[in-house]
Amino acid sequence: MHRLLTSDFGLPTFGLSDFPTIAYLQKNNSFIMATYQLIINGENREVEAVPNTPLLWVLRDNLGLTGTKYGCGVAQCGACTVHLDGAAVRSCSTPVSMIGNKKVTTIEGISSDEKVHPVQQAWMDENVPQCGYCQTGQIMSAVALLEKNPAPNDNDIEAAMSGNICRCGTYERIRKAIKSASTSSAK
Amino acid sequence: MPQLHPLNKNNMKTEISESRIFKVSRRDFLKTTSISASGLLLGLSFSCSDTSKDLTGNPDFTFSPNLFISLNGNGDVTLIAHRSEMGTGIRTSLPLVMADEMEADWKRVKVLQAVADEKYGDQNTDGSYSVRMFFTPLRKAGATVRLLLEQAAAKEWGVDASECKAQNHEVVHTSGKSLGFGFLAEKAAALPIPEESSITLKSPKDFKYISKQSSIVDLKDIVTGKAKFGLDNNHLPNTKVAVIRRNPEPGAGLKSFDAVKALEVPGVIKVFTLDAPGFPTMLNKPLGGVVVVAENTWAALEGRKALDVNWSKGINADYDSHIYNGDMLRRAKTKGKVRRENGQVDKALKGAKKIIEVDYMVPLLSHTPMETPCALAHVHDNVCEVWAPVQDPQGVRKTLAEVLKIDINNVTVNITLLGGAFGRKSKPDFVVEAALISKTMGTPVKILWTREDDIQHDFYHFPAAQHLKVGIDENNKVTSWLHRSVFPPIGGTSNSKEKEASGAELSMGMIDLPLAIDNICCETQEATVRTRIGWLRSVANVHHAYAVGCTLDEVAQARGVDPIQNTLDLLGADRMIDFSSLSPEFWNYGEKPEDFPWSTARYRNVIETVKQKSNWGKDLPKGSGQGFSAHRSFLTYVACVVEVIVDANGKIRIPKVDYVVDCGIPVNPERIKAQFEGGAAFATSLALKSEITVANGATQQSNFHDYQVGRMSDSPYETAVHIVESTEKPTGVGEPPVPPFIPALCNAIFAATGKRIRQLPVRLT
Repeated sequence: MHRLLTSDFGLPTFGLSDFPTIAYLQKNNSFIMATYQLIINGENREVEAVPNTPLLWVLRDNLGLTGTKYGCGVAQCGACTVHLDGAAVRSCSTPVSMIGNKKVTTIEGISSDEKVHPVQQAWMDENVPQCGYCQTGQIMSAVALLEKNPAPNDNDIEAAMSGNICRCGTYERIRKAIKSASTSSAK
Repeated sequence: MPQLHPLNKNNMKTEISESRIFKVSRRDFLKTTSISASGLLLGLSFSCSDTSKDLTGNPDFTFSPNLFISLNGNGDVTLIAHRSEMGTGIRTSLPLVMADEMEADWKRVKVLQAVADEKYGDQNTDGSYSVRMFFTPLRKAGATVRLLLEQAAAKEWGVDASECKAQNHEVVHTSGKSLGFGFLAEKAAALPIPEESSITLKSPKDFKYISKQSSIVDLKDIVTGKAKFGLDNNHLPNTKVAVIRRNPEPGAGLKSFDAVKALEVPGVIKVFTLDAPGFPTMLNKPLGGVVVVAENTWAALEGRKALDVNWSKGINADYDSHIYNGDMLRRAKTKGKVRRENGQVDKALKGAKKIIEVDYMVPLLSHTPMETPCALAHVHDNVCEVWAPVQDPQGVRKTLAEVLKIDINNVTVNITLLGGAFGRKSKPDFVVEAALISKTMGTPVKILWTREDDIQHDFYHFPAAQHLKVGIDENNKVTSWLHRSVFPPIGGTSNSKEKEASGAELSMGMIDLPLAIDNICCETQEATVRTRIGWLRSVANVHHAYAVGCTLDEVAQARGVDPIQNTLDLLGADRMIDFSSLSPEFWNYGEKPEDFPWSTARYRNVIETVKQKSNWGKDLPKGSGQGFSAHRSFLTYVACVVEVIVDANGKIRIPKVDYVVDCGIPVNPERIKAQFEGGAAFATSLALKSEITVANGATQQSNFHDYQVGRMSDSPYETAVHIVESTEKPTGVGEPPVPPFIPALCNAIFAATGKRIRQLPVRLT
């Protein structure tokens, strides 16, 4: 069976294989707590974590940002998708030590209490979610796609979204929502 | 108190779920149900007419005429959602029903999730029966409140109640004057609860929310990341995180372990063991193993990775799914135990001119909800409180009380949103783990199942081998139908003596064959449960509908008749089929046949409609094809046409799916459509992608790279859902989309390629 790789989904993703550093750190038993200055949703946040801690768990455990979800831990499902300098990455496979001064944006960072992001609005207009668990990751992938490509066709959408699994099967409505967000932002 | 009819007295769902899990006797079960049923309608924690005097003048007064509805002096309505939300929209649909009947303005309604409590009646959210069971009782609950508010207004104005009509959150008098619900709350509370006979339900033409479009209540929270799933509750200070290394062979024990390296991982606090249950594992017991508790998730995972564990071998150490499945298939070809017999199949087959003889194999399957099993538990001072994504809250509560040996009244189960479930979260095992670990630690504990844990330690959907033999006579008439189904029953996960499929399992697509064939025989063979088996979305309908639907397509080909016409031919004249007279084991999803008869007219209607809606038989290019199947499950009638394109590399695309669904009154059409769109995608995974295999007792797959599920590019591009307008009693829609889709897809692949699909998942290359 073909082993799916993150690169299969055409997304810039910091997968484990991209960072031999993780293995290196473990081999040398360098489980040393370090302090990281991160820029999360436009705010400077200081966290203490061991270097190989995935960004996902820093967001969820250290910072209480639970909108980013665990789904597989190996960059296969996209539930943990966040943006690093605007690009969609799988936070479950992106070690905190690799963030540096790149700007991290999570689902909590794309809307305010007053105003949701146009992609979130499209998701609501199309009634996309069923259980809802994967949808924050789906939305983050869609936002990154539309920022790069404001008018994606079906192939573009499939290529960008095939790294995000939805077991409820909301794919048709996700496609529609991306198209309607694309149309509304083009206006 | 008015005398109430016990709700659904004979209608408790399924002997393969709750009563078996928790060993509740049927008598106790019914007793509980009927008590909670009367409690459901009129409340009986309902004491507001007694206490209202004390509360007069209190602006915070809340009128709670029953367990499910309360209205405060400001006019805010709180409706209780007592079923678990796993993506079906039930947290919206049932409150909508109450709001409609009480004439509440949906914008003034807040939905509150109930904790686990028998006073709400049945909370076990599986079997696609939430709407079926609660539609009428909750309408009555809403209508009672409406009547009380009208009576309160009448009293206030000194007029006859017949001159007062509740509409859109106020009561209006024929003269045109009106009073708001908020104003009337306290006055309504002072009135006696009306007799049930005086309650009138709205006419369907007056429905405002039922059968109308509406969005789910959690929509905005979901898209903004604020919705709380099982692992999203961070409110308890000092919460630790636990993961467990479990024996790859379910139920088997531990020989030894070395935790030295694990304890060196910064953040790891404690490593200890939980006992293995042995085999069979039971449906409600955790698997045991070595527990790693840490300050945070990553430390727990790194600590677990550093464990050195030696496992014991158990009785399934030689279990190999490939050999096991091959053995089932061999036995499916030999005479088995008869479970339904009409006429004389052997004789008819001997006289047949043409015989279709086919075998089908479906593998073990995993649920893989996007949210893996997880829970937060806090056990202290003989009190237990959990927050968990569970389908069966009361089962969890009961199990926790038993395992922790504490009074059930000291156990609180809060139900979070479920990040998908599909049957997996009907088991309490992961919550029990969290509670046992919290008890040991003396702190709140969150348990995380990684995806590897989920895929390797699931309650799998049973593997199934089937053999069908159909005879056609010289007049091109189908005269005989032999169907053998061999699969390890779910009951075997609790009781090793159970080796043969139950009547309920066979009533999911086998012994309820609705075709007018003179000679029918359904047989089973024993199959021993060798891993944990549990129900997956639509349960035994998955493999039965697949085999029956594909065989019918072969019969159509052999008869030289269009597949849809073939099914209509075999269906015979419109009639209500009394299956209990055809097989004593027939089970009607827990409902009396007279309440939910098997109507071939409704079946015929969905089939004829899908033929038209799908433009059946349209011209398609080479490599494309349409396939058809129909199936009744969970009392809902569904017909499905799938269109496929198969390219030169064998890659399958699904440009179009047409479903016609007759689920009685469509309570929430928007969510019905969503369930069918999603059901098509879920069934696509089962048909094309997913397979669990076991070697040496251990599951060989571990994550989505090797247990594949449908992605956007695999899933249907467009699913059209045509809902039959109906005034029949509403029935479920969570599971019924899955069964007919798989044979329709396989039949479409045949139409496109000429290849018959007799084994899942489909492998064309």
